[in-house]
Amino acid sequence: MAKKKPGKEGVNWDYSPSLESTSHITILPKYELFINNEWVKPSSKKYFKTTNPANEDVLSEIAWANDYDVDLAVKAARNAYNDVWSKTTPKERSKYIYRIARLMQEHARELSVIETLDAGKPIRESRDIDVPLACNHFFYYAGWADKLEYAFPNQPMEALGVAGQIIPWNFPLLMAAWKIAPALAAGNCVVLKPAETTSLTALKLAEIIKASGLPPGVVNIITGHGDTGAAIVNHPDINKIAFTGSTNVGKIIQRAIAGTGKKATLELGGKSANIIFDDAPIDQAVEGIVNGIFFNQGHVCCAGSRLFVQENIAELVIRKLKHRMDSLYLGNPLDKNTDIGAINSKEQLETIEKYIKIGISEGAEIYQSTCELPGKGYFCRPTIFTNVAQSSRISQEEIFGPVLSIQTFRTVDEVIQKANNSPYGLAAGVWTDKGSRIFNLTSKLRAGVIWANTYNKFDPTSPFGGYKESGFGREGGLHGLGAYLKMKL
Amino acid sequence: MDRVEILKTYKIYIGGAFPRTESGRHYTPLNSKGDPLGNLCLSSRKDVRNAVVAARKAFGSWSERSAFNRGQIIYRIAEMLEGRKEQFISELQKQGSSKAEAEKEVILAIDRIVYYAGWCDKYNQVLSAVNPVSSAHFNFSTYESMGVIGVLAPQATSLIGLVSLLIPAICSGNTAVLIASEKLPLCAITFAEVLNSSDVPGGVVNILTGTLDELAPGLAAHMDVNAFISEPLGSMEIGIAQAAVDNLKRKFSYEADWSSEKSQGLYYISDCLELKTTWHPIENIGGSTSSY
Repeated sequence: MAKKKPGKEGVNWDYSPSLESTSHITILPKYELFINNEWVKPSSKKYFKTTNPANEDVLSEIAWANDYDVDLAVKAARNAYNDVWSKTTPKERSKYIYRIARLMQEHARELSVIETLDAGKPIRESRDIDVPLACNHFFYYAGWADKLEYAFPNQPMEALGVAGQIIPWNFPLLMAAWKIAPALAAGNCVVLKPAETTSLTALKLAEIIKASGLPPGVVNIITGHGDTGAAIVNHPDINKIAFTGSTNVGKIIQRAIAGTGKKATLELGGKSANIIFDDAPIDQAVEGIVNGIFFNQGHVCCAGSRLFVQENIAELVIRKLKHRMDSLYLGNPLDKNTDIGAINSKEQLETIEKYIKIGISEGAEIYQSTCELPGKGYFCRPTIFTNVAQSSRISQEEIFGPVLSIQTFRTVDEVIQKANNSPYGLAAGVWTDKGSRIFNLTSKLRAGVIWANTYNKFDPTSPFGGYKESGFGREGGLHGLGAYLKMKL
Repeated sequence: MDRVEILKTYKIYIGGAFPRTESGRHYTPLNSKGDPLGNLCLSSRKDVRNAVVAARKAFGSWSERSAFNRGQIIYRIAEMLEGRKEQFISELQKQGSSKAEAEKEVILAIDRIVYYAGWCDKYNQVLSAVNPVSSAHFNFSTYESMGVIGVLAPQATSLIGLVSLLIPAICSGNTAVLIASEKLPLCAITFAEVLNSSDVPGGVVNILTGTLDELAPGLAAHMDVNAFISEPLGSMEIGIAQAAVDNLKRKFSYEADWSSEKSQGLYYISDCLELKTTWHPIENIGGSTSSY
């Protein structure tokens, strides 16, 4: 835990460190590919290291799948689909998914600690948000497997077949759950690739899936870098690509599968607006701003990274925000006091630092938390920019870090135009005490998720996904099933 | 002496007006007997861009109309078409249909428009959800119109194909730029006249005639078009799909027999919608419950 400087009064109010134990977890020195419920050595014979971003220690070595390995995994999935999974009754399918959910709950603590070690996120978040939501996602979709005919009225449908799923490093286990659970419920088999910096919880999930007795080949988890992902995207025997990640890679994927008949859901970048009106409960709104941009170090596709404050309260809100930023604990992610953990990778830290330099050079005014940074690991102080122009790169481009750009507005119409002036359309936040104004704004903001007087809330029953260049398709809820079904119309 | 017939000048339809193509060009499609159907505008990529501007301009107010009002207007299209049935039947015959086929096509088109008029204030009730989240929030998902839809009218029919794709796209508050069947374009322009007299605001539907090769790629690539819908495009499919990537356009190809009664439904509407989920906290203070 990085110690904070004593406050002005000379009293040190620091909490004592409260480290989560790592004694009960198992991380193998080396992980192979999970194909057909077996651990298979990669034909590439290559492995890459995965590290703890909070101290740069190597945690394990992970197999690097090549085209041949991807083909092996797809064949396993196809055979499982043809021979077993498509013949398994919905009722039995449902029970397998329930089993996975229960086993995940039993392993919750281990999963949380490994997630924090591998991804750098605070243990409070992995323990209270990522892992329970991931379990609940399996629980939610388990119950859909034998009720699909109620989901889309008068629509005959069937499973797609084999889904290729590529997930990001910001919510590693949760994204695996978002992808696998609805795919299985709808009757598909999957080949999933976690991000190269955060493979461990997906591999733990593979152990759980094996223990659940799910038939071999129904879920295959293969690890690797971008070339592994590309091999999945381009494999001819995959029926669907589900991708969460950057808008650039999303476009590469859509171009690659153009005309192939592969179905796609893309959950991509964002630059979401968080809008504070002068009648908002200010202290709650400040908490919402902090949660919107500093949750998970800002590695959140729907992060409230563009703050719009009504002009007459801007000074007050920014003063309170700075005060709140100074009380955030940045440090060891395993410490239960920690609010801000480690940046996921060296590359990402460099990207964030590049954008901070851009912000300064564009003439915006910077403020950073006063906390000290630990000597090792990848950390970034919570950062805000004021006097930001609408055309500034830090208010247009996704930074994916704890960097907030702040603009002011006077009227409702003005803020709607500014908020919608973005190629993205993933999420938005609105803070006001006036119900009619909330409904006016929520219906005019072009974004897939709107949080009114709250921010960054997620639930398995709640569909998530964007408008415009934030991607298409929804994950979660009844509507998330549609992504994994062939509708016959 | 026989009366000299007044021939119709087929122009394009942009922003509620009937201009000629800015390019000043024309083409003369022939029917199966080799007779010329007329001199049609050979629209240009510039016409496509103008049409998209008109469609975007019309989107805000059209999408914010009440669902009931949109239903009334779509129904009005059917009324106008009913009144001009004979004109469409004779145009279809001119383009190669038999009298019986032409009558069937026009009647089905009218009935299909009425069918979608009825959906305007119902699809959101059927498709929306209140989501039972675990935290103290009220959470609901509803559909919203998507924006500007590029529509490539099916090539094998002059009227029923374009009605089948266009009407579900606009009945939910989207606006559209439609490229007419290249070889059977007459009904598209006459249909524009129907729209023009049906209280459909100018710009909600924009209709161009010309060649697929020239117009479709530009419409598919346009950065201010949200979705692109068509039949399967054969050899053009990959090029069009790739052109649509730059703004992550939603793209749908429908394989259907448009003259079948069954080629209509809710999901033609919902494909061109966006789902929005809204969260709001529920104040939960004190211990009182709703028990009596």
